[in-house]
Amino acid sequence: METLERLLREHPFLESMEERHLEFMTGCARNVRFASGDFVFKAGEPAAAAYLVREGRVALETHLPDRGTTLVATIEQGEMFGWAWLYPPYRWRFDARAVLPVRAIALDGPCLRAKCEADHDLGYELLKRFLREIDRHLERSQLQLLDMYRVNL
Amino acid sequence: MEPPSHNPHQVVIGCDALDSLLDNIRNDGFRTFGPTVREGAIVFAEISGARDLPSGWTEIQDAGTYRLKRRDDGAFFGFAVGPHSPKKHLLPPTLRLWRAARDPSGTIGLVEGMPAPEKIALIGVRSCDLHAIAIMDRVTMSGTHTDPYYAAQRESMLLVAINCSDAGGTCFCVSMGTGPRATSMYDLAITELIDGDSHEFLVEVGSPRGAAVIENLGSRSATESDVAAARAVTDRTANQMGRRLETDGIKELLYANLEHPRWDDVASRCLSCTNCTMVCPTCFCTNVEDTIDLSGSTAERVRRWDSCHTTEFSHLHGGSVRASIKSRYRQWMTHKLASWIDQFGSSGCVGCGRCITWCPVGIDITEEAAAIRASDSRRTQRSGTED
Amino acid sequence: MTEAIRNVSAPGLHGPMTPHFVPITRAARETHDVVTLHLENPDPASIFTPGQFNMLYLFGAGEVAISLSGDPEKRDTLTHTIRAIGSITHPLDAMKRGAMIGVRGPYGRGWPIDEARRAETVLLIGGGIGLAPLRPVIYSLVRNRGAARRVIVLCGARTPDDLLFAREFANWSGPDGFEVHSIVDRGELSWKGRVGVITDLIASARFDPSGALAMICGPEVMMRIVAGDLASRGLDGARIYMSMERNMRCAVGACGHCQYGPTFVCRDGPVFPMPQIAPMLGIREL
Repeated sequence: METLERLLREHPFLESMEERHLEFMTGCARNVRFASGDFVFKAGEPAAAAYLVREGRVALETHLPDRGTTLVATIEQGEMFGWAWLYPPYRWRFDARAVLPVRAIALDGPCLRAKCEADHDLGYELLKRFLREIDRHLERSQLQLLDMYRVNL
Repeated sequence: MEPPSHNPHQVVIGCDALDSLLDNIRNDGFRTFGPTVREGAIVFAEISGARDLPSGWTEIQDAGTYRLKRRDDGAFFGFAVGPHSPKKHLLPPTLRLWRAARDPSGTIGLVEGMPAPEKIALIGVRSCDLHAIAIMDRVTMSGTHTDPYYAAQRESMLLVAINCSDAGGTCFCVSMGTGPRATSMYDLAITELIDGDSHEFLVEVGSPRGAAVIENLGSRSATESDVAAARAVTDRTANQMGRRLETDGIKELLYANLEHPRWDDVASRCLSCTNCTMVCPTCFCTNVEDTIDLSGSTAERVRRWDSCHTTEFSHLHGGSVRASIKSRYRQWMTHKLASWIDQFGSSGCVGCGRCITWCPVGIDITEEAAAIRASDSRRTQRSGTED
Repeated sequence: MTEAIRNVSAPGLHGPMTPHFVPITRAARETHDVVTLHLENPDPASIFTPGQFNMLYLFGAGEVAISLSGDPEKRDTLTHTIRAIGSITHPLDAMKRGAMIGVRGPYGRGWPIDEARRAETVLLIGGGIGLAPLRPVIYSLVRNRGAARRVIVLCGARTPDDLLFAREFANWSGPDGFEVHSIVDRGELSWKGRVGVITDLIASARFDPSGALAMICGPEVMMRIVAGDLASRGLDGARIYMSMERNMRCAVGACGHCQYGPTFVCRDGPVFPMPQIAPMLGIREL
C-alpha cells in the first residue's frame, strides 16, 4: 500500500495532489501490467477504471469491417486514459490495447466515484485534473480532424 | 527664381519642325509610337508623322468614363493619358522566353531565347509615365535577377516627353509628386505653346541622343518668356487635377486597416475584371505559359501579363489563397500604395488616373483611400466608449 | 547556377527563366505518393543553402517549385523530394532514371544553419512533406553540429506509410545528442509508435527553451500551431523559423505571384523568422 501511494504521488497526473487525498485514493488503486498486444479494455465493456501509465504505450483504437483497425491516439508513460466511468452509461467507446509492454496504476472507477461523493475536496481536485486531460484530448482530436497533411484537390 | 533646367539646351520649334523632328527620329532607325485616335479613344500606337497625332482632340475622363471631345484649337497634345502606357513596350503583353526541342532519344536542348527588342521612340510620354518607367526600372533591374528584354528595350528606347497642358478628370500626379512637369529621364521634353495664332513647341534637351535629333531642325533659342510661358502651362495644369490622394503615412494606414469594413464595401462593387491592372503603368505581374506542339518535340515558354485580381493568381494546391474579391482588391490596392514602398522604396502609384477611368463600375482608388483614412481603425479603437 | 554555363549558344536573349536540361540519375520511391529525384547538377561549383528550392520543368507541361532535400556537400547531385499532388508533380512522380527535366535555381533564403550551430538546442519539426526541406539541415548538423548540444528532430505524418525518410531515422539518431521522434495522425495494427498530433511531441520533448532555436516546415496550419506552442513553451520568437509557401511562377521576384504581405516568398523567403510574419499569419486571405 505504501509503495502504491508513492507511485501515485510520483505520477504526473496527480502532481501537487495533497497527501490526505493521495492516501484516500490509494484504496482504489492497484498495480497492473499488460504484455504487448494485450487489450486493456474493449469498446462497449463497462468502464471500470482510470489508468495512469507508468511505462510503455497504450493505443486507443477501433476496428471497422472495411477499414480494419485504426489507431486514433496513443498514451505514453506519464500520461493517463480512461474516464468513461465518470458519467452514465459508464461504458468504453474505444478499444485500448498495449502496443508496448505496459505497467500502470488502475484506479477503480466506482471506488473513486464513491470517494469523490464523500469528499468533495478530493472530487474537485480530481475533476480539475480530468478536465485538463479531456481538454487536451479534445484539442488533439480537433487537430487530427483538420487532417492537415491532406492535399485539397 | 526659376531653378536651372536639367540641360540648358532649350529651343523653340514650329509645327512643321515637329514633323521633321519625328522624321529625324525615324531616319535614325527608330519606330515611332505616339498618341493617335483609334476606335473612340486616344491610344498609343505606331505613327508615321505629326498628322497621326490627335490634333484638336481632348478627352473627358471620370470614374468609369472616357469620351473624346473636340477642342476649339489645333493642339497636338491637348489631352491626358489613354489606356496604353509605356509598359506595353517594356513589358510586352506577350513575350516568348525560349523554345526547346526534344529528340527521339529524350535529349532536350535549347533552340532559341527571347527576341531582341527593336529600336523604338515613344512620342508624347507624360511625366507620370516617365515616373512609371523609373519605377519599372527598379522593379525589373534592381533585384538579383534582371529582365534582359526589359534592359535591352530600355537601352534602345528614345523618350520624347510632353509636359501636360490639360489635366484629365482622374489625374492626381500632383499628389504623387510625379508631374505634371517632366524633370528627368527624357531625351527630349516638349511643351506645346498656343497663344492666339501662335503655335509653337518649347523643346528641352535631356540627353546627347535628344540633342542629335534636333540638330538641324530649324529652331530658335528659347527666350526667358518662352520658358516662362512653358512653366505657366504646367502650373495651370497642376491646378486642374481631377483627384487628390493624401499620401502622408499611407503605408502605415493601410497596413493597420487590413480588416477595415471598407474592403467589403468595395468588394460589393468590384467585378474583378482586371482592367485596372492592365491599364496601370506599373502593374508588373506576369504569368508563364508552357506549351508543347502536337508532335511532342518542341516546347515553348511564353510570358504574359497577369493580374492579382484573378482567382488563379494565388492558387495553391487545391484552392486560392485569395478566394474572395475583397481579398484580391485589398491585395492590389495595398500593394500599389503601401507594400510597394517596402519593396521598392517608393509608391507604386503615379497618379495617372487610368484605373479610375477604366474601371467599369468607377471604383476610385483615391476615394477608397480617403474612406479608410476617415475611419482609420487605429483612431476609432482608441476612442472606444463604454456602453 | 551560374549564367556562364547556361546553354547560350542558342540565339536570342537568355535570362533567369531559362532552365538547364539535365538527366535524372536516380528515382527513389519514398511513399505511395512521394518520390525523390536525383538530378545531375549542371553546375557542381554552385552550392545551395538548406531551405532553398529549384524550379523543376517538365517538358511542355510547366514548372513547379521544389525544395532541395539532399546533402549540400554532394555537389554533383541535386536532390528533390516531390509529392504528387498536381498536373506537374504527378508525371514527375512517374519519371525514370535517364529522363531529362529542366532545372533552374537555387532560389530563396534558406534555414539559419550558422545560428543553429550557436544554439544550445536545435529543434527541427517537419510535418508531412515538410520534412524534406529540413533534411539538408539534418545532414549539415550531423556533419558539423557546432556548439549545439542537442538536435531534436520531430516528424509528423498522416499515417505510418506517409512518414518520410523513416529508414534514415536510425542514422540520424546515432550520434550522441541527436534524437528523432515521430507521430502519426492515425495508426494501423502494426504501428507501435505514437498516434496523435505533432504538438504532442513538443509537449514531451524535454529541453530548455532559453537556449533553443526551432525550424518548422509543413502545412501552414501545422506551422502556426507548432510556433504557437513553442512560443508558449518560452522560445524566443526571433529564434523560430518557418518555411512559407505561395504560388510560384518565376521564382526571381519578378512575376508577383508569391507575394505575402510586402514580402516575395521566392526571394525574401521561403524561410522567415517568426517576428517578420507574425502580423500576417493571422490575417485571412492575405
